[in-house]
Amino acid sequence: MTLDRAARERLVRALAEAMIEHADELTSLDQAIGDGDHGLNMKRGFEAVLATLPGLADKALPEMLKAIGMTLVMKVGGASGPLVGTFFMELGKSLPEQPVRTEFIAATDKAINAVKARGRSEAGQKTLLDVLVPAQSVLAAGGDAKAIAVEAARAADRTTPMLAIRGRASFLGERSIGHMDPGSRSASLLIAAAVATLEREANS
Amino acid sequence: MSSSNSGNVGIVIVSHSHKIAEGAADMVRQMVGDAVPLAWTGGDIDGGLGTNVAGILEAIETAWSPAGVAILVDLGGAETNSEMAVEMLAEDRRGRVVVCNAPVVEGAVIAATESSGGSPLAAVKRSAEEFYA
Repeated sequence: MTLDRAARERLVRALAEAMIEHADELTSLDQAIGDGDHGLNMKRGFEAVLATLPGLADKALPEMLKAIGMTLVMKVGGASGPLVGTFFMELGKSLPEQPVRTEFIAATDKAINAVKARGRSEAGQKTLLDVLVPAQSVLAAGGDAKAIAVEAARAADRTTPMLAIRGRASFLGERSIGHMDPGSRSASLLIAAAVATLEREANS
Repeated sequence: MSSSNSGNVGIVIVSHSHKIAEGAADMVRQMVGDAVPLAWTGGDIDGGLGTNVAGILEAIETAWSPAGVAILVDLGGAETNSEMAVEMLAEDRRGRVVVCNAPVVEGAVIAATESSGGSPLAAVKRSAEEFYA
């Protein structure tokens, strides 16, 4: 797959719009079981990413992803900055400039492992990994963009009855049950935005 | 923020709250005076509650000592951001900065006390962490 400069810019804008448009929703999810700043933090981070356009999209895909990750690490704050930032940085380190599907599968796997290491967490603990892992499995199994986005959204829903074991919500113990994990929701929104954009590019 | 040329292990305090970080640093300073390099950071980049990697990197720079730096953190995000900051340091410094698994106020005071006696980084970390034991 080749993403030209215009496509790379569309990808960045789609990711940022997903976070900016849903900032209030993410914040209200976080108010239920966290410290209520997830929407604001992600919005601030992606606004900072947008501010690095147009130069950001001049970079080749791997360099662009690394730069996005670094901006998120520095600007998001909270635990989400290092976690989401690490995902993008590791993706950038692992992907070639014109990746094919198998390379996407390998790179997302590596990026997920980096997030696990950063958060010392695994899927099943009510974190963004509960979306990243199943969505990546659909990708690895040959699923199309729609299938990946659908699984990401369902996976975020599935965090609602889970007991939080990592992250701020873990302080609430049993009271974390019954609320969707904000980090899972933002991950599902980012995945939906990314795969929709990539599919359009592949078909154009 | 303040530094010291004592050569002792530096102490960095990272809290989600600017006031807690500053207050904990005040307590450390009262206990050990200027015998240890000390820096603190608290709050997100907009001044709200939170932690940020840039602020932590700056604090490590301020409290830098050839003997290394021990970081004391409060809640999860402070720890994750501190670990991220450590990884972003130049390679020759990375191995000389540790994040302590200790309560931020008590840990900072105990770590600073240990450091003020000239103890190496591992001993400073161990003393702070023994508070939990």
